[in-house]
Amino acid sequence: VTGGGSHIVRGRAWVFGDAVNTDVMAPGLYFKAPFEELARHCLEAVNPDFASQVRPGDIVVAGRNFGVGSAREQAAMALRHLGVGAVLAASFGRIFYRNALNFGLPALFFPAAGEIAAGDSLEVDVVAGRIRNTTSGREWTVNGLPPHLMDMVAAGGLMPWLKRRLATGGIGAGT
Amino acid sequence: MPVGATLTEKILARAAGLPAVRPGEVVTCRVDLALLLDSGGPRRIWPRLQELGVGVWDPDRIVLCTDHFTPAVDPESAAILKLTRDFAAHFGIRRFFDMRGIGHVVLAEQGFLAPGMFACGGDSHSSMGGAFGCYMAGFGAIEMTGIVVTGEIWLQVPETIRAHWRGQFAPGVVAKDIMLFLCRDLGMENAFRVIEFGGETVARMPMPERMVLTNMAAELGAETGIVAADETTLAALRAAGRSPAADALDWRGDADATYLASHDYDAAALAPQVAAPHSPANSGAVTDFSGEHIDQAYIGACVGAKLSDLRMAAEVLRGRRVASGTRLLVAPASTRAMAEAAADGTLATLTAAGAYLLPTGCGACAALGAGILAEDETCISSTNRNFQGRMGANSARVYLGSPYTVAASAVAGRIADPREFLA
Repeated sequence: VTGGGSHIVRGRAWVFGDAVNTDVMAPGLYFKAPFEELARHCLEAVNPDFASQVRPGDIVVAGRNFGVGSAREQAAMALRHLGVGAVLAASFGRIFYRNALNFGLPALFFPAAGEIAAGDSLEVDVVAGRIRNTTSGREWTVNGLPPHLMDMVAAGGLMPWLKRRLATGGIGAGT
Repeated sequence: MPVGATLTEKILARAAGLPAVRPGEVVTCRVDLALLLDSGGPRRIWPRLQELGVGVWDPDRIVLCTDHFTPAVDPESAAILKLTRDFAAHFGIRRFFDMRGIGHVVLAEQGFLAPGMFACGGDSHSSMGGAFGCYMAGFGAIEMTGIVVTGEIWLQVPETIRAHWRGQFAPGVVAKDIMLFLCRDLGMENAFRVIEFGGETVARMPMPERMVLTNMAAELGAETGIVAADETTLAALRAAGRSPAADALDWRGDADATYLASHDYDAAALAPQVAAPHSPANSGAVTDFSGEHIDQAYIGACVGAKLSDLRMAAEVLRGRRVASGTRLLVAPASTRAMAEAAADGTLATLTAAGAYLLPTGCGACAALGAGILAEDETCISSTNRNFQGRMGANSARVYLGSPYTVAASAVAGRIADPREFLA
């Protein structure tokens, strides 16, 4: 489902608390700057090392209401741009959740997020909803991606999915 | 209509072309109106339309406003605004409002929303439109791109929570205080839920105050907020030159509809509320925070700088002065609010008290325009959100309050109880 067509994501955990908002993921001060610069400030107010040290495939693990706040899609885009492979949170802000999936960034509801430690190695099957902590050996099963969005996330997000629908005549009057 | 539907369920069923819908069901809705702003609008959507090789599904269902980057202050904001104007011309968008005010407020002024409508906006505070008895929710620009291409969007039908208010406010207490209280009481985690506001207190509120309730449904984390239409709604639409449909008042929940929860609150018992840094949920009675020094007081944003808000501030500031060591910045929410406040003397009262008048637009609320905060500064603001870094420096501290409370604090130079100034 993710980038390379696999639905398994492997990476280190970056752990955040509750109610991390989109203003700190995409600060308004950098809205007019090139996107790469905005992404360098992603989450700096809560973890100044995140943007410079996150590696492709790493997994963001957060508490409740991750992405609360603004509709700014740059929040989900910045995580994607920095290479985050998936977001696991106890719950999500509604627009952030939708934006993440629309950019092909898998977002799973993970009630046991608090049991993950920073730096743990995780392996996540985003379709089956299987989460393995290879550092601690623990394993959880949660809801995978919503069935009605599986095709869209599998296509890499809304843009590739719209392209496919347009190419197959799936968009037009009466659809 | 099937038995036992909430207002939201009725609107979503109609928009999805289904006889009925139930919470949890995933439906695809046809969009009656799409609000695009200069922030997440053309600048983000147009390149995607070009990549897809398509135009917009229906230019007459789009309303486009410039508000986040107005007025242009540097080459980047100038380019964003020019691109927005070019988009309107290129796609023939007739309902284009350039530098006329914050989109959510312009929609109301123009009477574009009507009971039963299904509308989407590219900004989280699009929920404000729900004050007109329609379902209007905010989405990211990527999803607005999908709407602009297809005219439709998927939703998981939300549960409805009823928040009913009875009784009369004490002097100095307004809709903003309700919302700061609810951010604490209902929390900010209400995804897959709609908050329906009602009760006699809400029934007595004029539209600008109802719009505060639905605007800050975004802070509650809800899908949106909604107020069933009544004569006040219809009068506002008529005043905007619209003719409400004959069945407009039929858009309301059934008596036997199912609600996730129903809360009854006493407006008479509510004190002015203030939310402390860095969350709208860190709220309490203003007296809990009295005495905190204020560097900047800000009257601005869709939620807090409508004509009625400017008048609240003027009521406190009449014959008084902003404290030395404190600055009061006022950015009216629309050019109409600015003009009306100029005509009725409100602006003169504000400026005589020492207020510094800023252009109309989203401005400092989201650190995009004039009035941003320096490191370690403290602000009290009539806006809706006080997350860390929201209005500027990460170390800045933002308190939220009603226009009454912000104005009272500007006079005192510290967080102050507006009731002391309105007696």
